Amino acid sequence: MRNIWTIAKREYDNYFNSPLAYVVAFAILLPLGIYFALILWVSAEQSFMGGGAPEATPINWLFVFLMIFLSPALTMRALSDEARMGTLELMLTAPVRDFELVAGKWLGAMLFVLSLALITLVYPIILNNFVTPSIDWMVILSSYIGLILVVSALLAIGVGVSAIFTNQFAAFFTTLGLFFFLWFMISLPASYLQESGEILNYLSLSNHFSQSMNIGTINLGDIAYYLSLTVLGLFVGTTAIEIRRWR
Amino acid sequence: MIKVSGLTKDYGARRAIQNLSFDAQQGEIVGFLGPNGAGKTTTMRILTGYMPPTDGEAIVAGYDVVEESLEVRKRVGYLPETVPLYTDMAVFDYLKFMGELRHIPNVDDRVDEVLDMVGLIDRANGYIGNLSKGMRQRVGLAQALLHRPEVLILDEPTIGLDPGQVVEVRELIREIGKERTVLLSTHLLHEAQNICDRVLIINKGKIVAEDTTENLQARLIGAERVIVRVRGEADELADAIKSVKGVRGVETKEDGAVEFEFASGKDLRPEVAKQVIKSGYDLLELRPLGMSLEEIFLELTGSDAKKK
Repeated sequence: MRNIWTIAKREYDNYFNSPLAYVVAFAILLPLGIYFALILWVSAEQSFMGGGAPEATPINWLFVFLMIFLSPALTMRALSDEARMGTLELMLTAPVRDFELVAGKWLGAMLFVLSLALITLVYPIILNNFVTPSIDWMVILSSYIGLILVVSALLAIGVGVSAIFTNQFAAFFTTLGLFFFLWFMISLPASYLQESGEILNYLSLSNHFSQSMNIGTINLGDIAYYLSLTVLGLFVGTTAIEIRRWR
Repeated sequence: MIKVSGLTKDYGARRAIQNLSFDAQQGEIVGFLGPNGAGKTTTMRILTGYMPPTDGEAIVAGYDVVEESLEVRKRVGYLPETVPLYTDMAVFDYLKFMGELRHIPNVDDRVDEVLDMVGLIDRANGYIGNLSKGMRQRVGLAQALLHRPEVLILDEPTIGLDPGQVVEVRELIREIGKERTVLLSTHLLHEAQNICDRVLIINKGKIVAEDTTENLQARLIGAERVIVRVRGEADELADAIKSVKGVRGVETKEDGAVEFEFASGKDLRPEVAKQVIKSGYDLLELRPLGMSLEEIFLELTGSDAKKK
């Protein structure tokens, strides 16, 4: 466990050495800020006409939506670059389990995205000042739990794919394609299929968040879904590293 | 400390090493000598737990490299051939990171200590990416020494260093080799001759010779060859030398010098000298032609270089 933390810490520090991480942070925080300003403006207009209170959860939805496109950039180098640079040989001859290496990479990326998520907490806090008696903090909490779970699954899959490739762009596009498929495509045929459509709906990356935790409903099925994806991603990564040894 | 038996590794259909067996004791520096692609790096990668062998067994520091890989890796210091390093880290931070992975207590002090050993203390805060090849090599060496490993495996440790540094690094390895086991690979024969107690010559995945450098020379030569030169014409010099008992393989060279040999251990040079002088020649030179490790190496590996 200690090794996971050591690797995660290095990985986290390393993000701040790379311009890519700043670009990703910018590409998330800028749209979020603009979106928040719009929400405030629209609800200020509507409040004169008796509209409802503004909500903060759409911001988290946008955060997750942007992560579909941007998280592959955060994880693409995680293990592929180690393989390319040869530093994988260092890691694989250090007294570190293959799983600890993969989990450390994932945790490092996780900490980076959590730092960004921490910044977005200012939005509900600002919003709270405009709403009496207060905004629904439980929905916010549920939304953030959902966000963390989705991000956890995305980053684990990203790190897992990164372990398969030596080329970071191969890892990037494979991960992006996978997310695109799981988010947009998989539930498309569901409306044409009866029973089996339910399975496709269950597999959709977006449903468990958008229609559930982001509107304040926490159920075990959704949590299990994202946790399984996280475990799957880390398992794929560990297996890929083991295969590299045997190759 | 290192015990290898029947080690075999296949890369797909290609057999990289075949049925290697050797061992290395504590306090011994063993050199791994061979041309490129002979299987040196492959063997070292198996011994460091980087990859498992296809067949055979290797025990390093008392643990099996496949079954107890983590225990082996805790006790081995490894300098890979390509010296992979995180170029975007500072030297100190990098070594500290590797030290933390090895759970070294007081890691900061220890990092300073090894940086001092390899002479990089003044570059501790510089980025690895800005270091020269020789300095990177020393960072890699520092990383291998960090946890005071029982077994040190160094793949081409002096490559890319300037002559002064080569001497320093060899000195360092010799120092370490007094208490620990060192296995190093090199293609520099004089280096092997210089620092190793014992040499394994490997070619095409097989060990072709294993002995101390002195013994290797003696064993391969079996006889000592000497060249004799005299002033002026030397038409009958060969006959004069032939008349000495025990001399064989007498050969007259184009420039008039004569070479002969005698069985190892029975030095016939004084007798030959007397005979030459008695025959009325002015003796200019009487020099043994020791076979260098270089020649032994070419002899054993049957390398193309010999044919040239």
